[in-house]
Amino acid sequence: MDGKEIKAAPGDTVLKASKKAGIYIPTLCADKELEPYGGCRLCVVEIEGVRGQPTACTTPVAEGMKVLTQTPAVEKIRRTAIELIMSDHPADCLICVKNQRCDLQSAAAYLGINQYKFKRTSRAVNPDTSNPFFVRDLNKCILCAKCVRVCDEIRGVGAIDVAFRGFGSVIAAFGNQPIISSNCISCGSCVSKCPVGALYLKNEKRPDTEIVTVCTYCGVGCGLSIGVRGGQIARVLPDPNSEVNKGHLCVKGHFGVTEFVHHSERLTSPLIRVGNNFIKSTWNEALELVAMKLGKYKGPEVGVISSSKATNEENYLAQKFARVALNTNNVDQCARLCATPTLEALTAAFGCGAMTNPIGDISGAGCVLALGTNTTVSHPVLAMEIWRGVRRGSKFIVVNPKETELARWASLWLQNRPGSDAALLMGIAKVIVGEGLEDKEFIKGKCENYEAFKTSLNEYDLDFVENVSGISKEKITQAARIYGTVKPASIIYGSGITQHIYARDNVEAAANLAMLTGNVGKPSSGVNPLFGQNNVQGACDMGALPDMLPGYQNINKDEAREIFDAAWECQLEGTPGLTVTEMMKEAGEKKLKAMYIIGENPVISEPDSQHVIEALKKLEFLVVQDLFLTDTARLAHVVLPAASFAEKDGTFTNTERRVQLVRKVIEPVGDSHPDWWILCQLARRMETKGFEFANPSQIMEEIAGLIGEYAGISHSRLGSGGIQWPCPDKEHKGTPILHENGFIRGKGRFTPVEYREPREKPDAEYPLILTTERNRYHYQTGTMTRRVTGMDMLKHEEYLSISKTDAERAGIAGGEVVKVVSRRGELKVKAKISDDTPEGIVAMSFHFPGTPTNVLTDSFTEPSMRTPELKLTAVKVVKL
Amino acid sequence: MVEALKEIFSAYEGEKGAVIPILQKVQAKLGFLSPEAIGDIASFLDTSSNEIFGVATFYSQFRFTRPGRHTVHVCLGTACHVKGGGTILETVEKEIGVEAGGTTGDYKFSLERVACFGSCALAPVVVIDKDVFGRVTTSKIKETLKNYD
Repeated sequence: MDGKEIKAAPGDTVLKASKKAGIYIPTLCADKELEPYGGCRLCVVEIEGVRGQPTACTTPVAEGMKVLTQTPAVEKIRRTAIELIMSDHPADCLICVKNQRCDLQSAAAYLGINQYKFKRTSRAVNPDTSNPFFVRDLNKCILCAKCVRVCDEIRGVGAIDVAFRGFGSVIAAFGNQPIISSNCISCGSCVSKCPVGALYLKNEKRPDTEIVTVCTYCGVGCGLSIGVRGGQIARVLPDPNSEVNKGHLCVKGHFGVTEFVHHSERLTSPLIRVGNNFIKSTWNEALELVAMKLGKYKGPEVGVISSSKATNEENYLAQKFARVALNTNNVDQCARLCATPTLEALTAAFGCGAMTNPIGDISGAGCVLALGTNTTVSHPVLAMEIWRGVRRGSKFIVVNPKETELARWASLWLQNRPGSDAALLMGIAKVIVGEGLEDKEFIKGKCENYEAFKTSLNEYDLDFVENVSGISKEKITQAARIYGTVKPASIIYGSGITQHIYARDNVEAAANLAMLTGNVGKPSSGVNPLFGQNNVQGACDMGALPDMLPGYQNINKDEAREIFDAAWECQLEGTPGLTVTEMMKEAGEKKLKAMYIIGENPVISEPDSQHVIEALKKLEFLVVQDLFLTDTARLAHVVLPAASFAEKDGTFTNTERRVQLVRKVIEPVGDSHPDWWILCQLARRMETKGFEFANPSQIMEEIAGLIGEYAGISHSRLGSGGIQWPCPDKEHKGTPILHENGFIRGKGRFTPVEYREPREKPDAEYPLILTTERNRYHYQTGTMTRRVTGMDMLKHEEYLSISKTDAERAGIAGGEVVKVVSRRGELKVKAKISDDTPEGIVAMSFHFPGTPTNVLTDSFTEPSMRTPELKLTAVKVVKL
Repeated sequence: MVEALKEIFSAYEGEKGAVIPILQKVQAKLGFLSPEAIGDIASFLDTSSNEIFGVATFYSQFRFTRPGRHTVHVCLGTACHVKGGGTILETVEKEIGVEAGGTTGDYKFSLERVACFGSCALAPVVVIDKDVFGRVTTSKIKETLKNYD
């Protein structure tokens, strides 16, 4: 290149090779993660033996190729290309948000353009301001189509495309309508890619400083680069260096942080109940009161609900506080509703209850089997990884009763009946064994209990499975042949299979399937749960569980307790405590008298919410620690104002076991304090030793000393990037793939799975099945996202998705308010006729406290399973 | 799914690249490409509606609004342009009250401009439905339009 010998990898383009060699070639449309496009014609070069001037971005390198990047002919084409772009590009750089960050400015400067050569024209279209978060000013568009390509190639959405032709060409949403009316998911990836000022964030101001931290929403754990100006969050951008999100975010992470953090309804001082009112108090007064009151109730009378939103350090302190200061094992968090079946089943099968493989290797799988996950909605950034695989041609099998976006990506979609997942998976296993597709060597060498499992398959005659699941024998066989033969195969799953009364069966069946085909301990394989909250994994690792000490040490094992007794200078109780659901029951029976709830909103999130409210009202003393006065906090005797994730240091562990540093971006709002500080203060006032921490980094040191998987982790190490546990020592680089050198528990254990009918069944009175789901624009109980104006605009209220057939049967029209009644409660909600929802099923989210879906669900749990049924509730829909 | 399209799609099962012929057949059947029809084509071809829209808008042969009962094509090719095709177009626009590309409110006429019919000897040319009118003048075309209802 230019007479210099350079090396490039096969498949590299000339442009990529030039970058590696440090030779600059101007371009406006090339991007390292997008496919070559050749649109802007700036990167033209001359290649010996090639006619004309090819574009460097679309020409692959070849051995001995001679490239000239700066010749008079090349120069002339580049100048003309940019002069043509400039002829209809507005020259209002001073009022452009991209001024000084604009690729067009840089390219023009590089080429030394100092005058307009062509007659100036303009487009004069009104900017499209319909999206609440960004503006599309097509006057400035240079038609590089980066936005179109990122939307299609990376996000799998395809909301925009180049439409019309010639000078009339525009980047348009369907029908050239405003973007808001399209299927745009408002992720903002197009804005990040725009090289000029055609796409820009609303209300963006240039920050004074930028601080990298981790998103507080789902379990993916995207890196955020938060810009701060004058002590306030000025903007949130994706961290381009994060290995997790690689410069992308979803709508919640990108646009859903600033407003809730700085919301006027944030609690700014402690509140103490006096009669029916709250009065503001000082921290000293509130802490003294809580310490004094909680101190009265020890052991079985008191319970702590920690939070999978809080940091590892805070969860560690919360369970330590419960166990040492309150002398109780009644400590749990919302992982109970989605993650504990995974912990139990995968620990029993493999020896570790976590995602076996990293997010980044899903796209490398030959086959991906997705169970009960609406990934594009609940984990949008992780869905990009699936889409990458689908585009590469991996076989994608989706099991979901609803026609999700994933179902549309799938090579095979199994639309099963709710509650039939385990049966379906066992049916698939039966075909694999029947056709001899199992990995005999893997099973023999690395697994145990195979014969018992094989015997249990006898129950799953395909006629029976077809009957239970509603999936034809042919499709079951097809799925088995794909999953059984295409290697490596990865199973991913979400709360669709874990929010069930017999959820553990589903996870066991998935683990069986992975072992059966030898898909554990290898890249792009495994069994991969996608956790819903930012720190579900960490909260469980930290032992915020009634039966487990930190590091999943069984509380009923003497050896385990002895270690912690010594470390914490206490005498731990050996009987496992109560789960969240059980605590609510005992509170209702007045056996549990006091509760300390940190950052959770069980009134809205727990099943059978009417009973939760009644139970909480019966408590003699309730402390709630939160950012806002939630429906749960309203019932409290003392409310403590907590700092948000942006106002504290600590760590979150994402769904792929990656421990990442959360950094304090701004000072706590008002007089709020981080959860860890509050816990330390309370413990000291209760004269409990072992809470003398000055900062979260010291807490992590204690954690590292007690949890083997975290032994090598410290805040200073995490400063340069996250580490996937197990990380046994200070030099260890972390473990992206589990079980690579054999199963952690020794041998992988097959589990026979017996078919169990769901407890909740539709009947003549309640003929429909209600399943709870997530919405893209809101999160959990809506405490944060409902306070973001733009999210409220994109999704303003709850609705009941119902099929056309069921709506006609009930005599209701779309948009009509209907009554939904279950065996436990009823509510009113607007109906929405949806093609995505099959006959016999209706769906609602639970993000809107005004429509508390969980008044309908059942809190009953099997003693051996301890998770409630949230995905299957028999209901009737009544016309009003 | 628009029922009428099922038959068209059945001939292209497994041919994911057949966008243009499908668009043409659908337009022949429905008279135009409605948003619903584009949606159906997109789901048949496993892509987004918007991508189909982007492709279709590139070609002048596709239309996205319901056409009138009669389509008036005014030629603006080189010969017709020289012979005053532009004035003819303006006259038609004024006469029926819509601009090129539009359809009258009563769905009587749609007006299209075309690049060349290949009947340059007859310039300027106007084609209404399948009838060709050569060497038109502004007064002639006004009269001709009156013959349609």
